[in-house]
Amino acid sequence: MTQPIELRAAPHQHSGRDVPTIMRNVVYSMLPICVFSIWQYGLSSAALIFVVTLSCLAAERINNHFSGSVNTLSDWSAAITGIILALTLPPAFPLWMGAVAGFSAIWLGKSIFGGLGQNPFNPALIGRAFVQAAFPTAISTWAPAFAPHRFSEFIPSSLAAPFMSPPDIVLWAKQQGVDAFTGATPLARWKFENISASSMDLLTGNVTASAGETSAILILLCGLYLAFRKFLDWRIPVAVLGSVVLVAWVFHFAQPARYPTPTFVLLSGGLMLGAWFMATDMATSPVTPRGIWLYGALIGILTVVIRYFGGLTEGVMYAILIANAAAPLLDQFSQPRVFGNERDKS
Amino acid sequence: MRLPSFLQRTATFDHGIHPVYHKETGCLPIRRFPYAPKLFVPLSQHIGKPAIAAVKVGQEVLRGEIIATADGFLSLPIHAPATGVVEAISPIASDSGKMEMAITIRVYEADSQEIKVRNPHELEGLKGKDLALIMQEVGVAGKGGAVFPTHAKLVPPSGAVIDTLLVNGAECEPFLTCDHRIMLERAHDVLTGIKYARRVCGAPRAIIGIEDNKPDAIAALQAALPDDGTVSIKVLETKYPQGAAETMTYAILGREVPVGKRSSAIGVIMNNVMTLAYMGRLLPLGEGMTERVVTIAGPAVARPGNYIVPLGTPLRFLLEWVGARSNASEVILGGPMMGAAVSSLDVPITKGVCGVLAFGKTEVEPQRSYPCIHCGECLSACPKKLNPTQMGLLAAKREFEVMADRFSLGECFECGCCSYVCPSHIPLVQQFRIAKSFLKDKARSA
Ligand code: SF4
Ligand code: SF4
Repeated sequence: MTQPIELRAAPHQHSGRDVPTIMRNVVYSMLPICVFSIWQYGLSSAALIFVVTLSCLAAERINNHFSGSVNTLSDWSAAITGIILALTLPPAFPLWMGAVAGFSAIWLGKSIFGGLGQNPFNPALIGRAFVQAAFPTAISTWAPAFAPHRFSEFIPSSLAAPFMSPPDIVLWAKQQGVDAFTGATPLARWKFENISASSMDLLTGNVTASAGETSAILILLCGLYLAFRKFLDWRIPVAVLGSVVLVAWVFHFAQPARYPTPTFVLLSGGLMLGAWFMATDMATSPVTPRGIWLYGALIGILTVVIRYFGGLTEGVMYAILIANAAAPLLDQFSQPRVFGNERDKS
Repeated sequence: MRLPSFLQRTATFDHGIHPVYHKETGCLPIRRFPYAPKLFVPLSQHIGKPAIAAVKVGQEVLRGEIIATADGFLSLPIHAPATGVVEAISPIASDSGKMEMAITIRVYEADSQEIKVRNPHELEGLKGKDLALIMQEVGVAGKGGAVFPTHAKLVPPSGAVIDTLLVNGAECEPFLTCDHRIMLERAHDVLTGIKYARRVCGAPRAIIGIEDNKPDAIAALQAALPDDGTVSIKVLETKYPQGAAETMTYAILGREVPVGKRSSAIGVIMNNVMTLAYMGRLLPLGEGMTERVVTIAGPAVARPGNYIVPLGTPLRFLLEWVGARSNASEVILGGPMMGAAVSSLDVPITKGVCGVLAFGKTEVEPQRSYPCIHCGECLSACPKKLNPTQMGLLAAKREFEVMADRFSLGECFECGCCSYVCPSHIPLVQQFRIAKSFLKDKARSA
């Protein structure tokens, strides 16, 4: 050895966990949910997940091309956005609308803010909010699970041509021999008919819902895997779900006839998916310990309030978006106490 | 998050990291290093005023003889590390990157290198500053990181009452094992050093903090403890940076050093085990500091181990002797978390160097860095409970004042935990160092 040539700054060791590793593991953890969704809804769901994810990747790539930045597909974050987005859409959502959702998620939700880590809102939710506004009917048209021919035929609405009104799913369900299908989610049935679905059905996914929101237990397991491997911050889902249960319990306790049980509120709709996979998005959640707890609690409370008093049946999406907007503020007001400092400094 | 005490096996602090430790050299006994043909002895091997050269070019010096005298209380004398002849007194490359004055000694090859010059004092009955002044003659400086003259560190500021002398045997940096070996092989020296140190600072008790990955060192010290119960051992969790003064004080005593104050403000003075071991060994003999134990390790070193290295040995000689592999491309003084890479192999070993690590090309391959993904890992790792996330974002915008005013930049002690965990490979500590030196320059010019 003649002279040292490398002059790098300390520390000279690294944990070895980098951005692609984290993102890749999030993708892996969502695969079981995708598989379950495909098993339930067949071809339509498979095609939806594929198309939405691909359009997110394409949007990211096109953006790389025009902004002249390095290739950012390799950080896997666009893939996460795509998969989460697909899982929040109705399983028979027309594929072309899925592509619109994918592109709007990446471009409106992420690229315009400067890309990875700079987006104030969860891009998947931006995509979903965009199509909710653009296609209000399609986004609330649900499909029956376990249709007999689901692996050989698409649910007709999937293949709807752009700007044509999609065919009627309830009719198709009848032809398929799925009689009990009414086209309403458990939350909608509770809201408009005051019928609560059984906890068992909600846990195992035997309900009408978005592609990836059916089985609470599966989502819980996948989320726990990530939390266990420390790829997501366990405090966020705990805070979200805990505050939901608490608030729902208070309402239920006050007026049992009017408000559902906390279990129903906890297991229905997009809450599980939102709490484990969307609220935990790193870029859009706070980093300080107190900020994290407040953020989670805010999502939980808003979810229940929107579900009970809003015009919509589902509140998780808007709850998370509002909390995303509040995240920088929460961070600012909950600066940790610096070691050795007697008083809180905020 | 701090666990309730009944769940806690060993004393520890909040946050921090668990790097891969690479402590393989911990089982290798200390060996003596040969003398390089020439030794380069810098006049400033400690914090404080440099020593004043007391020899002339061409003069013969005996090993242990004073070749430079202390310049005031916050300074240290320097002893000849080998018998030989003074060849030059000139500036040489130093680990700080700047040129520094040093005495070059051409070592007499055939000399036995016995210590021939001793100046023992009657130590009985001496305490406080009187004892500190004798300690100064030994020329020992902190062996951990900051190279503060030991005698000066032990004298509490006027008014401060010291109740505990903390002895730092944590050695939390990966790769380094020299403190470990010292505790194992020279337990007696450590306790003698503690005895004298307590007499200077007036602490009624001493506590030695050791990480639980060194059970043999704990056992060796335990066996050597005095019977009066004034010295005890606290076993600490193996976690980085357990050996930092602030974290260790908290782990052992539950006291936080207040922001902007020294640890003497809360009744604590801390010294490193190796520092005290050398003090304990040399002070009764009246010898000067001429060598130290250094861990030489790293993936690019063929024969890693702990060596007694004469002060002034140039790195080039050191690495040749332990067999640096041909792919070696980065040499670090100190541990991998806080140590600095050197720009020249002419840099000599000085009193504060606890380790020399050589890494090969592949181990230092730069990683692709990503934008901050706001994951908060750095915040959860920072032992000072700062907010590296925000500081990193501000540093990128060069808003250094905001970092200092609102995010306590000055409290960062550059442990490197934040950079270590950052999945985006953002050089956070480096940015904080730049910010600090920028603010310092600005304050100076204002
Ligand atoms: S280097 Fe500074 S900011 Fe980073 S973890 Fe250490 S003390 Fe905290
Ligand atoms: S660890 Fe790195 S990526 Fe994560 S918040 Fe800190 S600076 Fe940002």
